[in-house]
Amino acid sequence: MKEVYLDYSATTPVKKEVLDAMLPFFINSYGNPSSLYKKGREAKAAISDARKKIADLIGASEREIIFTSSGTEADNWAVKGAAYGNSHKGNHIITTKIEHHALLHTCEFLADNGFEITYLDVDQYGMINLEDLKNAIKENTILVSIMLVNNEIGTIQPIKEIGKITRNHGILFHTDAVQALGNIEINVDDMNIDLLSISSHKIYGPKGIGALYINKKIKIPNFIHGGAQEYQKRAGTENVPGIVGFGKAAELAKENLAEHIEKLTHLRNYFVDTILEKIEEVTLNGHPQKRHPGNINMTFSYVEGETMLLYLDVQGISASSGSACSSSSFQASHVLKAIGIPLENALSSVRFTIGDFTTKEDLDYVIDTIVTIVNKYRKISPFYKEKKG
Amino acid sequence: MFNDKVIDHFMNPHNAGDMENPDAEGTIGSPVCGDIMQIFLKIEDNIIKDVKFKTFGCGSAIASSSVATDMIKGKSIEDALKITNKDVVDELGGLPSQKVHCSVLSEQAIKTAIYNYAKKHNLEFEGLKGFNPDYDPHEHHDE
Ligand SMILES: Cc1ncc(COP(=O)(O)O)c(C=O)c1O
Ligand code: FES
Repeated sequence: MKEVYLDYSATTPVKKEVLDAMLPFFINSYGNPSSLYKKGREAKAAISDARKKIADLIGASEREIIFTSSGTEADNWAVKGAAYGNSHKGNHIITTKIEHHALLHTCEFLADNGFEITYLDVDQYGMINLEDLKNAIKENTILVSIMLVNNEIGTIQPIKEIGKITRNHGILFHTDAVQALGNIEINVDDMNIDLLSISSHKIYGPKGIGALYINKKIKIPNFIHGGAQEYQKRAGTENVPGIVGFGKAAELAKENLAEHIEKLTHLRNYFVDTILEKIEEVTLNGHPQKRHPGNINMTFSYVEGETMLLYLDVQGISASSGSACSSSSFQASHVLKAIGIPLENALSSVRFTIGDFTTKEDLDYVIDTIVTIVNKYRKISPFYKEKKG
Repeated sequence: MFNDKVIDHFMNPHNAGDMENPDAEGTIGSPVCGDIMQIFLKIEDNIIKDVKFKTFGCGSAIASSSVATDMIKGKSIEDALKITNKDVVDELGGLPSQKVHCSVLSEQAIKTAIYNYAKKHNLEFEGLKGFNPDYDPHEHHDE
């Protein structure tokens, strides 16, 4: 059966070149990077090389990149580190209502431990308002954390302008760039960023490896304590194959960035335009222009998202729901809720994310399948009848 | 995750669609997930002659609606009222535990339709004792 993967924002396949770069570090150069003999030195050199490639992708310098176990760890470290490292100055943190759970749940933890969190609203496109940010800043504000690209609806925030505001106020600025990396241009200096989280498995690298960029001008306390690895900032024997893979993936991402963006944008627009042309009462969620080039989040009114996903799955198509129906209690996506989508429509939203291996033929197959699904299940939707009178 | 029978009922649901002039109608919303099921019945001499459903729900809800409507077709009202969501799950050959709540929707929709029918005709059924179709399918939409 045909298989089409359209969930690149959840994770990506590892590229062949990336896997090839990693393999020697499992079976040949498997030394502990802290060891002084040859196998150790080889591993250490490979880490340094990977670090440089990742630094290059975001306009940072090598020493500013610290490897972590994931994007989630980078988010936890950045926010908890900035909070506890500056608790003598204040206890107020500003973030948004549409952050990833890695950020939101970290903030909830901090709220339980004496910090005060402001969650900024976003508009119908998922954009924050810079005036709201300025107004939210107080004497005791110590950190602003706003994601660069949203994982559900793809909206790109005005990061450079946010960074200008935080710099003017002397407040630390963290951004979760997990979805942005390799999908939009990032330059940490130009964007006035102090802390930035990234993850390998979203850019065709392996899972379980991420990094935190820490601007050389700032300091935050350590999060994982132990040995002297990672410039004494993050303990634990390094995940050498993972780091090497992340480095290779970053190198490829930098080489192909313009081409990647152009290809994805083209395919994305084709998909969205064709769907809008073929099916009535469908809307694209998120910002019409300022969005991740591969992100498509659409509401197919009157058809439940899970119905759509199951049917797609049976047809070999992988996509994800805009809403997360967890095991026992249902919660509509906090992001769709924040952009003001009514619950029924939030329940009818599906996210398709396109990547480097997506073809137009794949999309045609998916589009045809969606047309079938919508026709079939709208007919049996009580809402459809309701709305049509 | 789902067995073939569930997938088959989901992809080709039985008794799905509208009904002209139904003798009974019931709509119920799931307090768990916000999904909705609507059921229509044709009733003659206490027997469910025909049944149709409409469901805005996940695959398990649609599959449950499909078998549940099969199960009550041709049955007396009393017998239809005896059907529980567990019977629906058994008939489907099982649902993953986190999807069992979806089958509750079918049981409740059947009871709601019969409840409305009983009210309209001033009837009483043993199987409706203690049943209260109290949730407004839309009330949780505001939160
Ligand atoms: C915006 C965002 N932040 C953080 C993460 C977490 O990254 P990781 O999977 O590496 O922990 C993800 C990925 O799911 C993400 O999309
Ligand atoms: S999740 Fe709502 S009915 Fe199954």
